[in-house]
Amino acid sequence: MTEKSNQFPQWEVFIQAKNGGPYEHAGSVHATDKNMALQNARDIYTRRNEGRSLWVVQTDNIFSTTREEEAEFFDPAEDKIYRTPNFYKMPAGTTNL
Amino acid sequence: MTDEQKLVHFQERIDAGEKIEPKDWMPEAYRKTLLRQISQHAHSEVIGMQPEGNWVLRAPSLRAKKILLAKIQDEGGHGLYLYSAAETFGIDRSEMIEQLQTGKAKYSSVFNYPTLNWADIGAIGWLVDGAAIVNQTMLAKCSFGPYARAMVRICKEEGFHQRQGYEIMAKMMAGTNEQKAMAQDAMNRWWWPSLMMFGPHDSSSAHTSESMKWKIKVESNDSLRQRFVNRTVEQAHHIGLTVPDLNLTYNKETRNWNFGDINWDEFWTVVNGNGPCNHQRIAHHIKYHREGEWVREAAVAFGKKQQKQNSLN
Ligand SMILES: [Fe+2]
Ligand SMILES: [Fe+2]
Repeated sequence: MTEKSNQFPQWEVFIQAKNGGPYEHAGSVHATDKNMALQNARDIYTRRNEGRSLWVVQTDNIFSTTREEEAEFFDPAEDKIYRTPNFYKMPAGTTNL
Repeated sequence: MTDEQKLVHFQERIDAGEKIEPKDWMPEAYRKTLLRQISQHAHSEVIGMQPEGNWVLRAPSLRAKKILLAKIQDEGGHGLYLYSAAETFGIDRSEMIEQLQTGKAKYSSVFNYPTLNWADIGAIGWLVDGAAIVNQTMLAKCSFGPYARAMVRICKEEGFHQRQGYEIMAKMMAGTNEQKAMAQDAMNRWWWPSLMMFGPHDSSSAHTSESMKWKIKVESNDSLRQRFVNRTVEQAHHIGLTVPDLNLTYNKETRNWNFGDINWDEFWTVVNGNGPCNHQRIAHHIKYHREGEWVREAAVAFGKKQQKQNSLN
């Protein structure tokens, strides 16, 4: 934040659209405390029943990978196809497996 | 990688239809163009609340008032989605507000026209939001992830805006002669400013080719404008409104409605700050921003107090 900034801290908003579903990132809000963050998130991102539950987390507390490290970071998963069921050959006629 | 290699790689990603995220490498000009475009789009949503706000207290029924309030609240929300998208570049929101208030950043010129009668609220929803939908549906395919996602959210909400506007117009066109005259008057005043919303012709648009190359835009100003005209002319005729353009003709071969020349002198006059309401819009924004100062101060003080209490527990 710049010195003359009068912005409240920034929070990232995650919405759960349906009970049991995943929380999905929606955008951000500014608020001075967590209750205000939740209220602002409700007013800004869920005016039409888009959600039934919200998470807010201060933006500074989110860490992410970058596009530059994508290969290095995720490639190790690529050559381990034995983690998927189709890697295994079942005897002919096997059922329910 | 050298910067040149990075640029080649960047273009390959764009061509492959990938989305660019804020922390990815991007050319400085891409960042600059998007930041300008997103912040100006945010300002437009926020300033756009003013002409409509003018009619909240004079809405003709409780139903109309509730609808108008909900619509204006959506526009405020759109502004916030977009400020949030711009902030992913690391710019501070107060910096953007300052650019708006000092005139360094522009907003859509269409909001510098006054709302003179109730039918203007109909015309804005139908025409101005209608034009915005055509533009924003295109922008939802833009290459910058946060902008594209904000557009998807916005587009979902715009459908109601346009329909409530058209409903007002249709109701008035089914009313008394005075009501019909008011609707036609609003149509006459908002038609051309709506066409201008798509910006200069492709032949004289400074940013178009680079923006298209980087998929900041995926369609040109003229083709978007034509789509809007084609849709809207038929809606106007359907409820008995006349489009204020003597040169309007239907071309059977291209299936386009050809329209007359746009008054670009008027466009540039308004863009450059001399439209009917430019001064009023910014003065209003500054006034309420200042009047809200004590609320922000109180909120900050309350937040600090709570933090202290939490750390004591
Ligand atoms: Fe909007
Ligand atoms: Fe709208």
